[in-house]
Formats: sequence, structure tokens, C-alpha cells
Amino acid sequence: MTAHSPMTEGRAARIRRFAALVRKESYQIVRDPSSILIAFVLPLILLFLFGYGVSLDTTQTRIGLVIEEEAPLTRDLAAGFQASRYFTVTVGRDRREFEEDLVLGRVRGIVVIPKTFMADYAAGRHPALQVLVDGSDPNTANFVQNYAQATVANWERQRLSDGSGRPPAIAAEQRFWFNPELTSRNFLVPGSIAIVMTLVGTLLTSLVVAREWERGTMEAMMATPVSAAELLAGKLLPYFLLGLTSMTLCVLLAVFLFGVPFRGSVAALYALSATFLMPALGQGLLISAATKNQFLASQLALISAFLPAFLLSGFLFEINSMPTVIQWITLIVPARYLIPSLQTVFLAGDIWPMFTQAIAVMFLIGCVFFALAARSTRKRIA
Amino acid sequence: MWWTRLKALIVKELLAVLRDPKGRTVLIVPPILQLLVFSYAATLEVTNVDVMVLNRDNGHWSQELVNQIKGSPTFRSIRFTDSPAEVRMAIDTQKVIAVVEIGPTFSRDIEAARPAEVQVILDGRRSNASQIVSGYLSRIVGTLAADTPSGKRMASNAVSVVARNWFNPNLTYQWFMVPNLVASIALLIGLIVTALSIARERELGTFDQLMVSPLRTHEILIGKLIPPMMIGLFHITIYILAAVFIFGVPLRGSLLLLYGSAIFYLASVVGLGLFISALSMTQQQAILGAFLFMVPAMLLSGFATPIENMPAWLQPITYVNPLRYFLVIVKGVFLKDIPAVEVARQTIPLLLIAIVTLSAASWLFRRRLE
Repeated sequence: MTAHSPMTEGRAARIRRFAALVRKESYQIVRDPSSILIAFVLPLILLFLFGYGVSLDTTQTRIGLVIEEEAPLTRDLAAGFQASRYFTVTVGRDRREFEEDLVLGRVRGIVVIPKTFMADYAAGRHPALQVLVDGSDPNTANFVQNYAQATVANWERQRLSDGSGRPPAIAAEQRFWFNPELTSRNFLVPGSIAIVMTLVGTLLTSLVVAREWERGTMEAMMATPVSAAELLAGKLLPYFLLGLTSMTLCVLLAVFLFGVPFRGSVAALYALSATFLMPALGQGLLISAATKNQFLASQLALISAFLPAFLLSGFLFEINSMPTVIQWITLIVPARYLIPSLQTVFLAGDIWPMFTQAIAVMFLIGCVFFALAARSTRKRIA
Repeated sequence: MWWTRLKALIVKELLAVLRDPKGRTVLIVPPILQLLVFSYAATLEVTNVDVMVLNRDNGHWSQELVNQIKGSPTFRSIRFTDSPAEVRMAIDTQKVIAVVEIGPTFSRDIEAARPAEVQVILDGRRSNASQIVSGYLSRIVGTLAADTPSGKRMASNAVSVVARNWFNPNLTYQWFMVPNLVASIALLIGLIVTALSIARERELGTFDQLMVSPLRTHEILIGKLIPPMMIGLFHITIYILAAVFIFGVPLRGSLLLLYGSAIFYLASVVGLGLFISALSMTQQQAILGAFLFMVPAMLLSGFATPIENMPAWLQPITYVNPLRYFLVIVKGVFLKDIPAVEVARQTIPLLLIAIVTLSAASWLFRRRLE
């Protein structure tokens, strides 16, 4: 092939060159088992874990129940705890029997019906139940407290309705929209799709490009007639498609295997995911251009993309509850915009005012990442 | 003689990671930032809640309910509306997490001692947070109910529940989070640093040079084992200092037990890393392989959700996860002053994991030579 200047070159040649680049990169993906591992096996594992294993729904919690004084009433109250579907109960006479279990985490709490209970009850002096909980896990501790409270309230209501049949003065009727059974899988699975795309888009891409820099093949490519923009686009396109493929796999599994409802449109799903891959790929590119080393790239991708997608995105933890400074940081985490929108596409349907806003912000963040990546690539060559 | 050789290899390994200023920075700055950011961010508490109220009642009791919600520190803002369409919009676009709907006869029902009702609509997309918000709202409604004429009549021998939290009286979330992060971040860094160590040599072609050096196979492995453990101990030390002096987490147990078990924990992490490294042909494979282990390890450790809540068939898988044991130790030593016997009981599996992974790594390593 004779040397052409890029100006006079035909369009066909440019397209051919670009196709060759895309093909080369695709071969690399197919040939290396580790990219398949990240794009297909890890998503399967993640979805599987969130679908079956890790759930925020509290099931039965082990507690110790101490009855310090036997009486029909205390026995009746104890039976209320034993019948509760929230607790697995071991009964004892003395709280010291369970103290070691609490330290070792064998029980999460000790419910004590104290000696004074009957006397207080008879005298109408607000009989009290003591609940000692393992505060080293605040979340479970809260659950134990709340469920203990609910069990007592339930027991009282039954007892009262036996006598006077009086319902509570004010009843709060609760309705959970979109997810009436409160299955945590229904919001964890859509969220984990965003994590998967972060891994493919940012981690995998940053590693691949960093390796090219590390080995000097990036400079070699720069020396060919391919322009920098073509080079980067040719590199990213296969990973963009890989990201979308692995997202599609996840969605199919979520819907058909885990029975997560899908109430929105496929168009919205792809519009959101494709836009999300822009900042994800841009960030991967930026990391690799800034580090040019696979070890550093992996560390940075872990710290700046993977962990934030997990922890700063509203996936597991409420953004509103975080300190203000950290709430500002979450504003530049692309997953923060994708995750609520994905949860909406799955559970609520198409709510375009929300989606367009998310798409606009993700696009903007993507542009910033690409601009920064382009700058640091050019600087390197000069 | 063997010691000089080994020392040379250890120094070389440390230099490989620390020589590059970027490499040094990446091992020190981000882990500390992570500890600071994530220990404040990762909270399952729900605060600064935005709610909407649709009040069709204009009596005294509905006003009282609104005032009680306003007065609760958990709620950041209350929006008022009188149109159901706005309710739908606010929930759909997640402007609010809950809507309280008060019917037109609310106050009249209470005055007449008829059961009154409020409706609470919650966003099920965030079912965990909305359950907690629903708990807050129920408590407020319950307090109000106790103030009503019919509520007062019922209250005389109502049973109350007095809760006391051991080990963490105010349920401070950081006391839970920081010890968890100490163990998890050590895993993240330890695994990647080690996973790369053999794979990098192989990719750069220096592996053969190492093989023809006078070092024996087990010496090479020990040389690869010790530097990441030193880095890991350094991290753990920084985190323990930060936990105590920045976050004020009480260190109730013995520091000696913590360090003693940390050595076994790091040995098991590094063993896993070397095993992954010996399996991989390239650095990319090593890093991604480490990820493939790390992500499930984090989820199946009892960090985010208790292991006892997992389905029974999944629980045995957690036995091969070193994080699972070390989390019990770190949290136990910090908050509960668990006895040495319990620390030992959690350390033995770590030792077993270390022995198995290191033997497997050295077997793979030797096999690849032939």
C-alpha cells in the first residue's frame, strides 16, 4: 500500500482500516479467557449471589429468651416470641446463660422477661421487657429491637382483642409501590447490572489499554496512519459491544431466572446502558493513559470505579444519609445515575423525566472523561 | 547463605512495588481515602428523609401528625400537596421516598373514638430504606395514637420494651464499618499485589532469570510471600491507628491477638494471591482472576449481610473465605474483647487456607517449570 496523507485518503480506506482495528481488538477479547471471565462468568456469579444468596431481607434471627418468673402470662408472652417468624428462640432461666453466646455472636440478642414483670403488670405500672442486643452489628441490632417491639405489640393486640376487641386508635396502612413483597432481590439485581458494566467498561478497558502502553504497542499504533481518534474508537467499540452483551445476558437472567419484573421498555434500557458505557469507557481510557501500567490501572479502577459503584451509588447505601461532602462526591459517580434508573426500568416502568436527566448527566461526565483522556494521550506522544 | 539469597529477593520484590513513585502513592493514599470516605458513606441508617403529605382533613389531629413528622430529626423536608397526580410524580421520580395520605374523616374518627386510618405510600424500589422509613412513620403514628382519648384509656398496663445495646451502646455505624473495612481493604490490596507478582515476571520474561538463579523453588515462594505480608501489616497498622484515633472505635481486646491473627490472615490472602498468580499467564489474567475471587469473597463474608441470613446451601461456601474469619476476629477484638480461645478457633481455618493455597501455588509453580 502506498503512503497516503490522511487528507487525500479515500473514505473506503478509512473504513477498512477502522474495521481492521476493531477486528484486531475483538480477536484479543475472544482469545484471552480472562476477558470472557469478567464479561460473562463474573456477571453470572454476581447475579447468582444477589439473586439467591445475599439478601437484605432479615430472616430468622437467633435470640435467647430468659423467663425469670414462670407465670401463665409470661409463658404466654414467651410463646409469642417462639411463634414469631423473625426469631429462632432458645429459652433459659438466667441471662448469664446467654451472655457468652452474645459475645461469640451465637445469638444476636437476649430478651428478658424480668422478675418484676408480673408484679408491675398486676399494679398497672407499665411492665417492661428487657432486650439486650449485639450492637457490634447495628443493622441486625435494629432489626432485633424492632421485631421484639412488633412481637410484643402483636401479642398485646391479640390479648386485648380476646377481651374488649378494641383495634388500635390509629392504624397506619402501608403500601409499597413497585415492589409490594419487598423482595430485596428486585432492586439488588438491577443494581448489580451497573456493577457488571462498570467492571467491563472501566476495569477491563483500563487494563487492556494500559498493557498496550506498558508494552509500547500503543506508540507503535500511533506511528501508523491511523489517527488518534480512530485508534481510540477502534479500541473502545469492541468493549462497548461487550458491555452491552454482558448487560443483555444479565437482564435475560434477571427476568427469566430470577423473575424480576421488567415493566419499562427495552429502548429505555439500552438508551440508559449505552449512555452509561460512555463515562465508564472514558474513565477506563483516562486511567490507562494516566498510569500506563497494569498494576496501577487495576488499583485505580478498583478505587475510582468499582468501589464507588458499589458504595457511593445508592446501590446498598442511601445517598441522602451520607455526610454532605460525600454526597457531593457521589455526584461524579456515573453509577449513581444509572442504578435508580435501572431499578425504575425494571420495577416501575418508563419514567422519562428521570431517564433523560440521568442520560444527560452521564453523557456530560463521559465527555469530560474523554476530553481528559485525549489530553493526556496527546501529551504523552508530544 | 540461603538467608542472603532470600533477603535479596525480598528487597527486590519490595522495590518492584515501591520504586515507582506512582506505585508508592497508590499503596498509601487511596487506602486511607477509602477508609475515610467509605466508613462515613456506608451506612444503612436512613436520615435526611424527604416525605410528602396529602392532607384531606382539616382538623386538629392531622395537624398534630404533621407537626410530629416535622419535629422528627430524621425527616429533612415535608412537601404538601392536594393532588394525587403529584403524589404519583413525586414517588415515580424519587423526589420523596414516602407519601402520607390523611383521609377527610381522620380527626372526626379520633374524636368519636372510631379507629382512624392514615395511608403511607412507600417507594418499593428502595425497599430497604423505605422499610426503615415506614418504621419511623409507624412509631410517630403510634405516639400520636397513645395521645388520643381512646389511646389513653388503653395505655395503663401496656408492655414496654427497653432495649440495651451491648458493645456499641449508641449503635454508632462507624464502630461496625471501620473494623470491617480494616479487614476488607487489606484483602483488596493484598490480593492484587500478590496476584501480580509471578504473573508480572512471566509477562516481562524475568521469570526465567529467576528460575536460573541459585534460589530454590520454596525460597522463591517465601520471597514472594513476605513482602506483601509486610505491606499488609503496614496497612493494618495504619487502619488500626485511624480506627482508634480518628473514628474513636474502642479497642477493648488485645492488640497482640489482633496482630497475631492478622499474620495468619495475610498469609492466607497472599497464599490465594500466589495461587491465582501461578495459574495466570498474563498480568491481566491475574488481576481479573483476583477480582473474580474478591467480589464473591466480599459478598459472602458477613460484611454487608450476616452469613446466617444466607440460604443453608450457600453457607458452606463461606468456609473457604479468609475474610469471613478475620471479620469475626477484628470486630470481636475491637468491640467485644473476645477470648483468646475464640480468636484461635477463627485463626485455625486461616492457617489451613494458607497451607492449602501455598502448597497448591508451589505445585503449580513447579509444574509450570517443566
